[in-house]
Amino acid sequence: MASETTHTAMAPEHYVGMPQLNFDWFGNQIFWLVVTLVVIYFVLVKVAIPRISNVLAERHGAIQGDLDKAEELKAKAVAAEEAYTAALAKARAEAGEIVAAAKADIQKDLDVAIAKADAEIAAKAAESDAAIKEIRDGALAAIKEVANDTAAEIVKAVMPAAEDAKAIKAAVADRLKG
Amino acid sequence: MSTEAEGGSAFNIHPMDQFVIEPLFGDGPISWYTPTNASLWMGLAVLTIIGLLVFGTRGRAIVPSRSQSIAESIYLFVHKMLEDIAGKEGLKYFPYIFTLFMFIVVSNILGLLPFGFTTTSHIAVTATMALAVFVTVTIIGFVKNGAGFFQLFWISSAPLALRPILAIIEIISYFVRPVSHSIRLAGNMMAGHAVIKVFAGFAGALGLGAIAPIIAIMAVYGLEMLVVVIQAYVFTILTCVYLKDALHPAH
Repeated sequence: MASETTHTAMAPEHYVGMPQLNFDWFGNQIFWLVVTLVVIYFVLVKVAIPRISNVLAERHGAIQGDLDKAEELKAKAVAAEEAYTAALAKARAEAGEIVAAAKADIQKDLDVAIAKADAEIAAKAAESDAAIKEIRDGALAAIKEVANDTAAEIVKAVMPAAEDAKAIKAAVADRLKG
Repeated sequence: MSTEAEGGSAFNIHPMDQFVIEPLFGDGPISWYTPTNASLWMGLAVLTIIGLLVFGTRGRAIVPSRSQSIAESIYLFVHKMLEDIAGKEGLKYFPYIFTLFMFIVVSNILGLLPFGFTTTSHIAVTATMALAVFVTVTIIGFVKNGAGFFQLFWISSAPLALRPILAIIEIISYFVRPVSHSIRLAGNMMAGHAVIKVFAGFAGALGLGAIAPIIAIMAVYGLEMLVVVIQAYVFTILTCVYLKDALHPAH
């Protein structure tokens, strides 16, 4: 097996030496390499690189967009909470005002009613006083009369000679006073 | 090699046969346009890349599917690497860097399939890519910076007496870049596959009792899974570094 015969393009059954150093094959390999690299280059430039970079940019944009949206929603939630708190405080203040106004109204009504009731009571009391006075005067007159009659009868029964109506009346009046 | 290649011997290992380039159809001579096993596996690499980066991302979903997630991870990985190293100005060259990375990493991984052919194990392939990077980066350097690109070799932070010597070293290292750039990738790919093939040869020679070689193959295969991705990464990151030198030559 001489090495000269092996250095031909048609390989014998076993190659002796390094096939890498067979310069007969260089042109062929370089030609096909250039073809391959050019094809790969155009596939990458025309399709693969734009597509992958688009997808990556899109994903980056989507993530950024989601983050921005989340930030926005958070701000909205904070604003809503503030609005709610403000509305609540306002409602509280209004309720307080309404309660105070209602209280004042009620107080006014109450005062009027009390005054009216007081006046009525006073009138009734005066009326009653008058009625009592009348009754008392009536009673007093009746007592005087009864006393006069009784005294006259007693005097008539005890000493009929001394029957003097005027004197008896004066005496009864004098007694009733004391 | 010639002792091992003795026909009829039980110990018959040909680790380099896997790198031989053959025409796909017939036995004719290989001219520059002949479809070969190398072109077949380059085509498979193209199909794999289309499958992953085009078909896999067809959903364009905000919440990605698995394949779309893989495509996005690779995209972001290369994009971030380029931006970290070469800065915002470097992102203009992202499609080229991404093309290189995808081709190398997919070719490397496809080469690990049984009966696969590793296109990136050939110095013709890696040297073409490395030279393309070298030439492009040098042109970008001169177009962007004009004569200022020579600042890359003239280290102004060093003492004046040392600068000419450093300049010579820097220039040599600059011109060695494409060599190391290409041989690193091809060498790694070739070595790993050759080692697997050697162990496979041992296994073949031992027959049914070949437990140790099979375990060794599994171990080396696992290591190779790591190496193929790392080498694609290294090739790409060095390209980014060279691009950074071209964009910002001042040290």
